[in-house]
Amino acid sequence: MSRIDPIILRARRLRARRLVPQAVSRRVRWLTAVVRRQWRRSLQFRVVGITLLLSATLVLAFSYTVASLISNSVLQNKIDQSKIMVDNGAEYATRELTGFTQADDPSLPPALRNVVTQLYGSTNNQQAQVIMLRRSGGLSAVWPPQKSAQVMNDPQVSGIRPLVVGARAGTYQQIAALDIGDGLQKYLVMGTPVLVGTEPIELYYVIPLKTEDELVRFTGAVVTGTGIALVALLALIAAMMTRLVVTPVRVAARTAQRLSAGLLDQRMVVRGEDDLARLAAAFNQMAANLQRQIVRLEEMSRLQRRFTSDVSHELRTPLTTVRMAADLLFASRDDFDPAAARSAELLQAELDRFESLLTDLLEISRFDAGFAALDAEPTDLIAVVRRVTDQLAALAERCKVELRAVVPDTEIIAEVDPRRVERVLRNLVGNAVEHGEGRPVIVMLAADASAVAVTVRDHGVGLKPGEEKLVFNRFWRADPSRARQTGGTGLGLSISLEDARLHGGWLEAWGAPGKGAQFRLTLPTRGGDRLVSSPLRLVPDDARADETALIGEAP
Amino acid sequence: MRARVLVVDDDPALAEMLGIVLRSEGFLPSFVADGERALAAFRDTRPDIVLLDLMLPGMSGIDVCRSIRAESGVPIVMLTAKSDTVDVVLGLESGADDYVMKPFKPKELVARMRARLRRGEDVAPELLTIGPPGNQITIDVPAHTVMRDGDEVKLTPLEFDLLVALARKPRQVFTREVLLEQVWGYRHAADTRLVNVHVQRLRAKIEPDPEKPEIILTVRGVGYKAGTG
Repeated sequence: MSRIDPIILRARRLRARRLVPQAVSRRVRWLTAVVRRQWRRSLQFRVVGITLLLSATLVLAFSYTVASLISNSVLQNKIDQSKIMVDNGAEYATRELTGFTQADDPSLPPALRNVVTQLYGSTNNQQAQVIMLRRSGGLSAVWPPQKSAQVMNDPQVSGIRPLVVGARAGTYQQIAALDIGDGLQKYLVMGTPVLVGTEPIELYYVIPLKTEDELVRFTGAVVTGTGIALVALLALIAAMMTRLVVTPVRVAARTAQRLSAGLLDQRMVVRGEDDLARLAAAFNQMAANLQRQIVRLEEMSRLQRRFTSDVSHELRTPLTTVRMAADLLFASRDDFDPAAARSAELLQAELDRFESLLTDLLEISRFDAGFAALDAEPTDLIAVVRRVTDQLAALAERCKVELRAVVPDTEIIAEVDPRRVERVLRNLVGNAVEHGEGRPVIVMLAADASAVAVTVRDHGVGLKPGEEKLVFNRFWRADPSRARQTGGTGLGLSISLEDARLHGGWLEAWGAPGKGAQFRLTLPTRGGDRLVSSPLRLVPDDARADETALIGEAP
Repeated sequence: MRARVLVVDDDPALAEMLGIVLRSEGFLPSFVADGERALAAFRDTRPDIVLLDLMLPGMSGIDVCRSIRAESGVPIVMLTAKSDTVDVVLGLESGADDYVMKPFKPKELVARMRARLRRGEDVAPELLTIGPPGNQITIDVPAHTVMRDGDEVKLTPLEFDLLVALARKPRQVFTREVLLEQVWGYRHAADTRLVNVHVQRLRAKIEPDPEKPEIILTVRGVGYKAGTG
């Protein structure tokens, strides 16, 4: 047999001991969690719980009082009866033993035996015991004879002997659980001195309390049983009553949920005229008002969309004619006199502006009407970035700005609307080139598991504190007095922000005076996902240390 | 030979202006102002190309487009004031080959039209076969016919051009932008939905199961390619 290290053995035992409580404590913890959740979430559970607790406390106090009152009175009764019996017995014994003056009288023991036999008969109880003891010891009388006087040495009762011995009269009692041949049960031990000659003889009655004990126990059981039944009943009543109130509330909650989910014709059933009926009626009225409002708003939105669409068509058709006419005039401007030729040029240029303004306005109003739809498809964003930088290469050259794209080597596929993303990037890069003041513009693309991001950085005048939010406002211009170089509509960034939002993405701006600006577009890789972070930083690394750098976020 | 153009538009000023521009560019335009008479005018004039306004009194431009397409593969270019996705897609799905958004520049319109009319120039005998074994289609380029299982599949000229572009270089993946340039003649990237809708239309005609295409395959995130054995 291999010897096992005692430390290991102990560790094992410890572990075994710890395992059981762990399982138990886990279950207890689980149960506590369940109860806590129910307590928080269910009004019914809470009402029943409180009722149960209060009624249990009340019933416990009540039944304890009743039970102790009954048991006290039963015992007191028995003690009073026994006292009379003991007094009578003592009187009888004194009478019978008057003749004996000598303690060593040889006829004393039989007389004592005779007395205890008589006294035993007077107790009317088979299980009782009568004992006479003498202080000098040795000489004692017990009845019934098969029981010994040893009972008086029991520590529970021996305490009354000095009292009895020391007294000349009176009774002393003690209640104790003893086994004197009839099993362990409660006894009332009563003692009194009997004066025989010079030496008092102690007379003890050991009276069984079986009947009284049973009565007390029975009473206790009845009171406890009634109490438990009462508490259970109260809990049941509380549960039923709260159910009566809670059910309509739950129905109301469910109906409200359905309403908010768009089922606008959901209503509650109104029964009777009580408070719950009033709740239902009020709820229904609220729902009806809500429905009316929503229908009205939907109608307005529909009209708005219709209006947008109509304006679009009505405005565009004549504009097309004007556009073509202007083009024709522009093409043959060489044949005109200088004033008319310049007019044709201005007409042409301003028509371009008018057109892009109209397009942007219609786009914005489509967003406002909630009519913009996302046409998402898996798209390689590197291709989109390249396309945008290619398209704007000519503008960059004109502004003498170096346009650089930093893209990963592998393709980056995201579920996005390519037209919208391209429009956003074209807008951001176009702005950066225009405001780049001849310094490089860097477009950076990166992706992580859940998002793709593009940053567009310029090193121009930058943004003043607070402006990184204002830039997304409609028709906002950094410096109204500055010459409009390219004639942007002032709606570009607003549209870009809406485009980003439509994707569930972010468009944010950072800028610091003299340090340039950076815009970051972050989009979820999978359509409909929620963004939590961006693969690229909004604040460029070279400006991070700067305390005055301000970050504006427009999620 | 000057190309005949049927202009279906209800706006008299725009129609007149279109007439001026088209004539100066060497086209032979004829005009019809409402949808109901458009089909009759189409049968009378037998145009080489149709310019169609989407919003018309009487019959809607979509319906006109559908009924013309039902009897002819003639190139149809929609003039649309609506840039809403649904309308453009609906127009393309009802059979239009291309669209021009109002307000358009005359040069842009003419370029679009020329691109649609530029055909039948390459007549070198060429026979292409694509698709997996057992599900192959044969394209006779000069004859403008497509055969599957011995039956001819009717394609519009644009659908035919799209198919030929893909079939000439099987295994090569074409991005939507490249297809727009090769088939539609766009030099700058334009609306890629044009490609998507036409690929779907083409699949509906040549694929046994358009839901599970085997002849024209989608390359996720990139574009399309012709399937081979």
